Amino acid sequence: MVMKKKPVDVVIIGLGWSGSLMGMEMTDAGLDVLALERGNDRTKKDFLYPKPADELKYGVRLSLMQEPRTDGVTMRRNTQENALPQRHWTTFHPGTGVGGCGAHWTGVLYRATPTELTMKSFAEKTFPQGFLPEDMQLQDHGVTYEELEPHYDFFEKIAGLSGQAGNLKGEKIKGGNPFEGPRQNPFPLPPLPRTLTDTLFTEATESLGYHPYPYPSANASQSWTNPYGMQLGPCNFCGFCSNYGCLNYSKASPQTCVLDALKQRQNFSYRTNSDVRRINKSADGKTVTGVTYIDGDGNEVFQPAKMVFLCSFTLSNVRLLLLSDIGKPYDPATGTGVVGRNFTYQITGSADLYFKHHQFNPFINAGGSGQVIDDFAPDAFDTQKHGFIGGSYIYTTQGPGGAINGIRVSPDTPAWGSAWKRQAAAEYGHHMMIGTTGSNMAYRDCYLDLDPTYRDPHGDPLLRMTYDWHDNDMRMTEFMGDRIRDIVKKLGPDYHTTSFHQVGDHFDPSKYQSTHLTGGAVMGTDPNTSVVNRYLQHWDAHNLFVIGATNFPQNMMHNPTGTVGALTFWAAKKIRSDYLDNPGPLM
Amino acid sequence: MSFPIKPDPGRRRFVGHSLLALTAVGLGSTGALAARLDTRPPALDRYQPVFFKADEWRFIKAAVDRLIPADDTGPGALEANVPVFLDLQLASDYGEAASWYMQGPFVPDAPSVFGYQLPYTPAELYRAAIAAIDAHCRKAHGDAFAALTTADQEHVLSSLENGDIQLPDTDRGPLPARSFFGFLLKNTKEGFLADPIYGGNKHMVGWKMLGFTGARASFREWVDQYDRPYPLGPVSLSGEISR
Ligand SMILES: Cc1cc2nc3c(=O)[nH]c(=O)nc-3n(C[C@H](O)[C@H](O)[C@H](O)COP(=O)(O)OP(=O)(O)OC[C@H]3O[C@@H](n4cnc5c(N)ncnc54)[C@H](O)[C@@H]3O)c2cc1C
Ligand code: SF4
Repeated sequence: MVMKKKPVDVVIIGLGWSGSLMGMEMTDAGLDVLALERGNDRTKKDFLYPKPADELKYGVRLSLMQEPRTDGVTMRRNTQENALPQRHWTTFHPGTGVGGCGAHWTGVLYRATPTELTMKSFAEKTFPQGFLPEDMQLQDHGVTYEELEPHYDFFEKIAGLSGQAGNLKGEKIKGGNPFEGPRQNPFPLPPLPRTLTDTLFTEATESLGYHPYPYPSANASQSWTNPYGMQLGPCNFCGFCSNYGCLNYSKASPQTCVLDALKQRQNFSYRTNSDVRRINKSADGKTVTGVTYIDGDGNEVFQPAKMVFLCSFTLSNVRLLLLSDIGKPYDPATGTGVVGRNFTYQITGSADLYFKHHQFNPFINAGGSGQVIDDFAPDAFDTQKHGFIGGSYIYTTQGPGGAINGIRVSPDTPAWGSAWKRQAAAEYGHHMMIGTTGSNMAYRDCYLDLDPTYRDPHGDPLLRMTYDWHDNDMRMTEFMGDRIRDIVKKLGPDYHTTSFHQVGDHFDPSKYQSTHLTGGAVMGTDPNTSVVNRYLQHWDAHNLFVIGATNFPQNMMHNPTGTVGALTFWAAKKIRSDYLDNPGPLM
Repeated sequence: MSFPIKPDPGRRRFVGHSLLALTAVGLGSTGALAARLDTRPPALDRYQPVFFKADEWRFIKAAVDRLIPADDTGPGALEANVPVFLDLQLASDYGEAASWYMQGPFVPDAPSVFGYQLPYTPAELYRAAIAAIDAHCRKAHGDAFAALTTADQEHVLSSLENGDIQLPDTDRGPLPARSFFGFLLKNTKEGFLADPIYGGNKHMVGWKMLGFTGARASFREWVDQYDRPYPLGPVSLSGEISR
């Protein structure tokens, strides 16, 4: 029997970054807001010292992550292959529980550049006809940098972002990123203190004529009280950051920046262990009526609502739309349909450098500390000459941290025995990493749909990811590998190794790539190529809004979450100014 | 040996395996940390395994001693109680693959890019593989793995690592030697380097070998002290401090 709950104005599916920010906005507007989160409750108390300082539990067993047992994903490289489930996570680490991925992310908080939001227009004016492959499906976001700027600015204040502006109202500032879009305000906080790797990287890249700047870091460099009245303390470089909850009230997260303020509001409530299975449609299909979820006792519950916000991260966002039969599923054979279309990922590569005479103390690190160059952003140099569209940022961050995950030994070392031990002990603390985080264009054959074979414990099909690398993006990452080799040469390590994909390589889901899963429910101005309009409103059901990196038409080189936050506020503004008084399609 | 380790006290509050097993099995629970505070790591020869049977226990002790031997660099996996760690892990959620997606159909011969695709939980894999490896050793070398010479043991481990030994299929499918070796090596290193609350890394010997600081987790004033080795030894989650 389905239990029916008292109707609310707003249901938010998923209480991570976008869900909690939207919760603030909709409660501000005076609406009754209920958030449904499939995972456990998690408060700052769960992350108090010394609990997070447990590498096995968080860094190796990934105990904060979504469980494949209940929410698995299958993968294949092309439509001819049979997809197989990830039995345990390797290629990405999606989150679950209050705070979502935001509770244990790294904290590199970027804005998109103006170009990254308008890739199709950029391509049309930059490249000759026929330069880009036919199966590349570029699109503009439908929202511009100028429109998002105030919302980036506000999210950065919520997060207490540390960094150095490189472009303040059009004025270029040395030490910042000259390739970024103009900021109306400087960063809320100055950059984190510089590590040895930062300093070495700065010297090497400056001598090559590049423009190094500090990572924009949501690990607070100083105390900060955000606009919601939430307080952050200075990060102490605890070394347990990415994949861990913060033990120090320093990493921006829904917990540290939003939730205590939100929970005080009378018109907000949330239920945990509430796994949303379907979004319910009205009889005419033009609106949604609420959601159906399974509560912690296994009851099926219908929660009526006037508006539904789908804020459940890329994987669940797309899967719930497909399971609920809302919007036309994408079909790669015909190129029609939209749900699951333009699924993209992140193209990464790295170099590992060994210096006998440097002691890096790699356990002293913060996830979002580091030094970066944007000199190879998609619009910062002539990519056409090198045969691709796109770009990467090149960065260093202190580490590899941890003990289990932190050992690096020279390539000729055996994997075990006395020789391994000797090398592990001798080399620990002497390694430096340089990496690239690169764009990924969208292609006709990369998409998400429902798996025909594998099912979850409720009998629903798993999400299936069909994804492979394409030559354009491989040429891009090969090029970045060469740029890193230039930097390595300047630095002169005793030895180094590199790991970059090449043209002809295929996606390898057995290796960690990143948790920047994007697209599948993209935004835009054409209902034939997007799931939601430029206000993140579903084209078919006007009281359903879908929010997240799932909205990106292709993936940018800059990390997604700054744009996820900005898009959340952008949509909220339009809803508050136009939709609430006059519900209906906004475009 | 360059790593001073306090010998086990003759009398210890901790007797047998039950307390450690109890606390470590509840890995997820938050109360477990506090409960572990008064546990002392057991002496390996007095420890009663909860997962491994007697012959498996002999195999594990011998194998981890080869993978991380005691030598000039410092104590090895046996001094670090790595077998205790493995025993507790395999008896816990990890051994049961509790959070993994373990619904069929299984395609055990899928290309390696698809990652782990065998039908066995880690506990089942250890159980099946150890029996098969001991059977192989009896046939090829005349005795169980634990009774072989160091050189023969190393040879067997290398052959597992390279997939040169073909272990017979179980009634559930193939039993690839390399997959098992991958787990054994990864888990052995984990046991050497994870916090001592999980039963291994006894007295933090693994961390001391690296110069890792364990759960210190506060370094603000050290960020810009370039090239200066951090002066303090590790601390553990339960408050053990090394000098
Ligand atoms: C280890 C790691 C490091 C990262 N580092 C960075 C970084 O440095 N910079 C960056 O920009 N991004 C980073 N990311 C990505 C970043 O965390 C996400 O982009 C961000 O959290 C997205 O916000 P969201 O609201 O879309 O999803 P989330 O914050 O993940 O929240 C989604 C929530 O929805 C819930 N949910 C899902 N399905 C259901 C359902 N059916 N019913 C109910 N609830 C459901 C989930 O449990 C979760 O709590 C990282 C991610 C990880 C895992
Ligand atoms: S490194 Fe800083 S921000 Fe990251 S978890 Fe530690 S204290 Fe928090």
